Amino acid sequence: MSKGILYDATMCIGCRQCEQACATENGLPYDDKIAAEEFTSVHKFTAVMTRGDKFMRRICMNCDDPACASVCPVGAMKKTALGPVTYDKSKCMGCRYCVAACPFRVPRYEYEKAIPGVRKCIMCSKRVAAGKQTACAEICPTGATKFGERDELLEEARKRIHDKPDAYLHHIFGETEVGGTSVLLISSVPVSLFGYPTDLTERALPMYTYQVLSRIPDFIPLFGTMLGGIYWITHRRQDVAEAEAKEKESKGGAR
Amino acid sequence: MTVPRIRFTFWKAVFIVIMVAGVYCTFLRFLGGLGASTHLSDQFPWGLWIGFDVMCGVMLAAGGFTLATAVEIFNIERFHSVVRPTILTAFLGYLLVCAALMYDLGLPWNIWHPLIMRNPHSVMFEVAWCVMLYTTVLALEFLPIVLERFRLNRALKVMRSLMVVFVILGVLLSTLHQSSLGTLYLIMPNKLHPFWWSPLLPVFFFISAIAVGLAMTIFESSMSSKYFGRELELPILRDLGRALVVVLALYGILKFEDLYHRNALKLVFVSSYEQRFFLLEIFLSVLIPLGMLLFPKIRESAQGLYLAAVLCLLGFVTNRLNVTITGVENAVGGRYTPKWTEVVITAMFVALGFAIFGLATKYLPIFPEEKEHTPAIGREQAAVTEIAVPVHAGD
Repeated sequence: MSKGILYDATMCIGCRQCEQACATENGLPYDDKIAAEEFTSVHKFTAVMTRGDKFMRRICMNCDDPACASVCPVGAMKKTALGPVTYDKSKCMGCRYCVAACPFRVPRYEYEKAIPGVRKCIMCSKRVAAGKQTACAEICPTGATKFGERDELLEEARKRIHDKPDAYLHHIFGETEVGGTSVLLISSVPVSLFGYPTDLTERALPMYTYQVLSRIPDFIPLFGTMLGGIYWITHRRQDVAEAEAKEKESKGGAR
Repeated sequence: MTVPRIRFTFWKAVFIVIMVAGVYCTFLRFLGGLGASTHLSDQFPWGLWIGFDVMCGVMLAAGGFTLATAVEIFNIERFHSVVRPTILTAFLGYLLVCAALMYDLGLPWNIWHPLIMRNPHSVMFEVAWCVMLYTTVLALEFLPIVLERFRLNRALKVMRSLMVVFVILGVLLSTLHQSSLGTLYLIMPNKLHPFWWSPLLPVFFFISAIAVGLAMTIFESSMSSKYFGRELELPILRDLGRALVVVLALYGILKFEDLYHRNALKLVFVSSYEQRFFLLEIFLSVLIPLGMLLFPKIRESAQGLYLAAVLCLLGFVTNRLNVTITGVENAVGGRYTPKWTEVVITAMFVALGFAIFGLATKYLPIFPEEKEHTPAIGREQAAVTEIAVPVHAGD
């Protein structure tokens, strides 16, 4: 049903062919200088990072319940049923809430452009919709990046860790982080070594705001009635006071 | 008489310099884009324009709904004479916030998109609608002042009869909007430092907005009496000061309880970058003003009230900047200082705010001196002497 990517860092040889394929797929420039950049940017949606002899890919996690899509006021960011989190620039107004809200710091903004937009990996949504693999998975010569059903990939990751318990850290990054992500990472070293956050909740981040926002429709009639009621009472008191004052005056006049 | 005139031309010169620089920076912003005109980055997608122009702009406009609630809803008549300046400030504030958003948005010509594209799960969607609707409501609340100026009495009568509806709408929208600026940050529990991230963020933003609304009214009245030669309505300011004590105390206690329950209280005593900014904020916004206002001597004096209000305003401005900038700096790994162009644009909006406020008070019946003042002041003075006599007798 929902697709995913499993990246197994222990199988990665750091050939950077995924970077090249990603650039070609997204019409981005790619040369030796860009290849040397070990971080994602407006012109690089995935990066292979090196720490000693260990590798790790940086890529949009395509969360199951993505913060970026939840915060977007115009729905430019969308989680598709197939898995990819897509972006529609024609809707975007450039508030950059997605950039601020993403726990993985994935969305990149084109600050240098006169007509800027958000750039990020969208898990090759067109290819995936057409039944194909992502460009990075297709090109990967070792199978370190594998595309498939997320459920099956999760099973496979568990099996790999079970079969070779000494070769892996016993954690599948993305299984439960922020409610689960389409991209799953397994590695022999902590992903935090490569700048991935470790203090993530298992709860999907949009729930934090939704638990407040969902109460607004109930809040409006209640609070509105309360304000109207207070107005009614406070002004009634005034009316009564005025009427009483008048009565007193007329009585005083009669005397 | 000569002193204020010299001062006026000095400020006029300052204003012109800021405006010229502002127009130049406007060109830089719209021809060069955000990259050329700001220090914004993917680490800091929100900087001074969001942190000050929008967050503080909205907060400083809170006097509008605070005083409208007191006078129109709770029927506290003696505050009547300070309502109009606060409505003017709120209206101006929101217009300037909208203008600032046009600078900050990457694609400002798409600003109307939330009208037809909806995502009710987004706080920004709520913010966008609140800004639009509340600015409209403020225009309607402001309209009677203009109608009165041009003596359009029939229209005025219609507006006045509808005023309750506008006020209730305005209070509702303000409550939602002030709190929603805090809700914006709820989705960043692992980015915003525990001094500021709290499930109660919307509540803190709302209560502090009320405090700022009161402080801003004291500040404005004091400034108006200083620069426009208005009579200082000290008895009203004293009452506002008293209300400020209560609101600040509530805010302070809630802040303490919140830090305590989230086990963040110990962080207050550990030296850190955030700790210094947090202490600065909490001392300026709550502890010093509250401490000052608890002394009757300070609370009763014009200077004391003014000083406490200004500190309170500075403190809550620090709070909003801490939430937008200081609180996320370590999580994203970097420091943000605004580019000079960002500062100039912000200064331009502040200058515009002061200038338009000055012009409006000159040409519109903002301070109800001409017509309503005489009966109102009679009532006020009666009330004041009633209260003041036993106090003096006690001395």
